[in-house]
Amino acid sequence: MAGAALLGRLEPLVWRLAEVVEIVAETPSVSSLVLDVPGWPGHRAGQHVDVRLTAEDGYQAQRSYSIASPPEDDQVTLTVERLEDGEVSPYLVGEVRPGDRFELRGPIGGYFVWEAAEGAPLDLAAGGSGIVPLMAMLRHRAAAGSGVRARLLYSTRTLDDVIYGDELERLAADGDGLTVAYTLTRAQPSGWAGYARRVDREMLADVLGGPGAGAIAFVCGPTGFVESVAAALVDLGYEPPQVKTERFGPTGGE
Amino acid sequence: MEEVDLRLDGNAAGGLLREVFAFEVTAARGTCASCGAVGEVATLVLYAHAPGAVLRCPACGAVVLRVARGRDRVWVDARGLSCLELAPGA
Repeated sequence: MAGAALLGRLEPLVWRLAEVVEIVAETPSVSSLVLDVPGWPGHRAGQHVDVRLTAEDGYQAQRSYSIASPPEDDQVTLTVERLEDGEVSPYLVGEVRPGDRFELRGPIGGYFVWEAAEGAPLDLAAGGSGIVPLMAMLRHRAAAGSGVRARLLYSTRTLDDVIYGDELERLAADGDGLTVAYTLTRAQPSGWAGYARRVDREMLADVLGGPGAGAIAFVCGPTGFVESVAAALVDLGYEPPQVKTERFGPTGGE
Repeated sequence: MEEVDLRLDGNAAGGLLREVFAFEVTAARGTCASCGAVGEVATLVLYAHAPGAVLRCPACGAVVLRVARGRDRVWVDARGLSCLELAPGA
């Protein structure tokens, strides 16, 4: 039916059983889970999944997690931060082992997504584990061989909290138009040459340089981070539709 | 101790909304019935700690959508949404 196709009608969102293939410890509190998901329909960079855990007594807990892997990968990688009072993340970071299975549904989201084929330059700002969907975009950009300009400003509390540090360094060293800048808001190692304060308008102007033609700014992090960065970007001349935001917190993106 | 902000956004309600809609409604543009602001459902402010999901207009704060899930059914209250605009392929 033409009308249905026009609206991008989707298959019903079903729960699938994911099997943990590999676990990568990213930081003391963050792990990446490489998952084999039979029937996975593919995804776009920036989308997320819902994860559902069921206890023996039938109690269920559900949370959303961003996909870290690019669409080019056969397996689906989630990067999860452990929250001590969380219901789901303490299992996913620390308890889960290769071979374990849990339920997952997705991909979800059609707004906070980027496709290399569209060619929009990327202006990225990440707060903490808000780097995850942005990393999927940068991995997609590299896998697709896109040379489109990409600039990332990544804010964490300490250097130990930086996720994907080595890989970001490698990607930026390729000289294909990716630049990465860090700010450490709580503690800095001696000799630290990066920024050492919360992200502000001046830092965004220095790192992102202002809205280029057709560029899209993606901002992901805790709600306070996202709201202050998005407001500063609009102040710097970005049109509101050019600034795409995703907030995570204790419920949606544990 | 940092203050925990319980506000999320419509992105995080995507899975629940997909139980109701046969398309990716987070990318659809909604018009707030209270103030007329237009924006993607993903940009609505989500309060997920209420019984069900409450999505408010980021411009005026009015409730745009409420979705509650029971054991075997879902309730959708869309009286705060005057129009929903869908883009091809979204």
